[in-house]
Amino acid sequence: MPRIFAYIVHKAGVLDDSAAELLAAAGRIDAAQSPTAVATGWGTELDAACEALRSSYAEIWKIAHEALAYPNAELVRKALLNVVPKGSILLVPHNHFGVDLSPGLSVNMNAAFVPDVLDIEGVTGTALKLVRQEFGGQVSAHVRCDISSGSVINIRPGAFKPVDSVQVAGQISEMPAGNLGGAKRRYLETVVAETGDVDITKHQILVSIGRGIQEKENVAIAQELADALGGAVSCSRPVVDAKWLEKSRQVGSSGQTVKPKVYLACGISGSFQHLAGIKGNPFIVAINKNPKAPIFRVADVGIVDDILEFMPEMTNRVKELQHA
Amino acid sequence: MEILVCAKRVPDTSENEIELNRAGNDIQRDDLVYSVNEPDNYAVEEALQIVDRAGGSVTVATVGGEDDEEILRREMAMGAKNAVLLSDEAFQGSDGRGTATVLKAFVQKRNFDLILTGVQADDGAAQVGGMLAAMLDYPFASLVTSIEVVEGRKLKVSREIEGGNKEINEIDLPCVLSIQTGINEPRYVGMRGIRQVASVPIPTLDAADLGVDAGHVGERAAKVKRVDYFAPPVGKGAEMLEGSREERIDQLIELVRAKGGLK
Repeated sequence: MPRIFAYIVHKAGVLDDSAAELLAAAGRIDAAQSPTAVATGWGTELDAACEALRSSYAEIWKIAHEALAYPNAELVRKALLNVVPKGSILLVPHNHFGVDLSPGLSVNMNAAFVPDVLDIEGVTGTALKLVRQEFGGQVSAHVRCDISSGSVINIRPGAFKPVDSVQVAGQISEMPAGNLGGAKRRYLETVVAETGDVDITKHQILVSIGRGIQEKENVAIAQELADALGGAVSCSRPVVDAKWLEKSRQVGSSGQTVKPKVYLACGISGSFQHLAGIKGNPFIVAINKNPKAPIFRVADVGIVDDILEFMPEMTNRVKELQHA
Repeated sequence: MEILVCAKRVPDTSENEIELNRAGNDIQRDDLVYSVNEPDNYAVEEALQIVDRAGGSVTVATVGGEDDEEILRREMAMGAKNAVLLSDEAFQGSDGRGTATVLKAFVQKRNFDLILTGVQADDGAAQVGGMLAAMLDYPFASLVTSIEVVEGRKLKVSREIEGGNKEINEIDLPCVLSIQTGINEPRYVGMRGIRQVASVPIPTLDAADLGVDAGHVGERAAKVKRVDYFAPPVGKGAEMLEGSREERIDQLIELVRAKGGLK
């Protein structure tokens, strides 16, 4: 069985949730092996991240370099290529960074690449059997990956539940970063998201709309329902792409993280990037005319209906009850 | 600036519900409506806008078969000057690596300053652009939400990262960028535009034309293979509200009130 490595995402010295999730995923590939965490970065932030890893990972490879202070995927690729042995299995979270890092890294390592993995069924010989989704989560697929010359496996955030591991006193090994000069892509700055007219993160009830709203004029239908319920209108990515609502209204891994009590998902299919923005275990209601929409798998309550007819009638009923 | 956009023809999920076939091992492929992968339209629009500002031309390429010509024509109707179909039996069953290998061979035959792909396609893999860049030893940035041409063969690009924040990078040309949806508003293509390019010949390049070793592409070279499709696990599953619309609305209002979402 090849050696398993987990690339650790951390920020300001704090480990990303994926650090524990990759450990769980590694256990599903080979329960007998203790995977090695690889963390890149610089200074006290990297020190803190590596220290935090010691309670769950038995071995930690620390690659410290000033040029790695910000995780520029091009430089992280060079650093990993320098230390990760040929033939290894490298696990990476399938987030904004993993999407940037891994496809190219797999080519550089001459390893197989499987993106966005949701489940691991195990290894038979040199075949690793994995589960993915296609078509925005409408169908699942079994995938077989030949790991004989190594593999880079991107793991979907949230797909693997962290396991209660025994406390270990992990060993930190300093590894060389190698030559990181001559970057053809240079990080300049991070621009923080603008806050819009409405702060959707502060609302207890969200009427959230997706592609099913169909056109800009219909956003008012959702606004009227939100007004009647005393909530706000949020949305999924296609609504922002179409410029029907501001980016500040978008819920998801690329938008806002919301913690309402009630989340009405109206005409939203329910991609994992969208669901990643809903925290705090709210009561999720899915209203969608496609009974197969993935959102119904995660909602508490589902209604199969046309939102453009359902929402106005619900608005009227809420108002009636308030005036009764 | 000479720009290549790599596009793909995919089942259109806004026109079809993707369902399993009777045997339960593949998707139901009868009567599927296909169209160009939505993010690829944003990539073509972005390429056209860059050419409007900086000069040059846009070429669109796809790896596929005769049926895939229709998306090349659509992108030509948008304004792409050239289109090329990369097609050979040997390419069939390629994994992401195989597709990138074919595209790499094409890029090496031409001279492109900038290569764009859509952020991801129907399989949600988001892999070919990054692989192509590594094969060419070009720099790469994914999830790109704006491109600015700066002096000295460089671009300033912003990438989408978590929380709605943006990461700004400077990147040397030639490079490969994967384009996120929402970067622009792709122009409308009418029937008239499609008709105008309906009879334009589209060159096809095969493995021999491209100098691709058939052993490095296609199903046999693929290290990653989809075995089958299956129905996603239902999870806890939603409690479906039944009855007339009025009844369901009343049930829902009751539930929302009970959960503290309504005073």
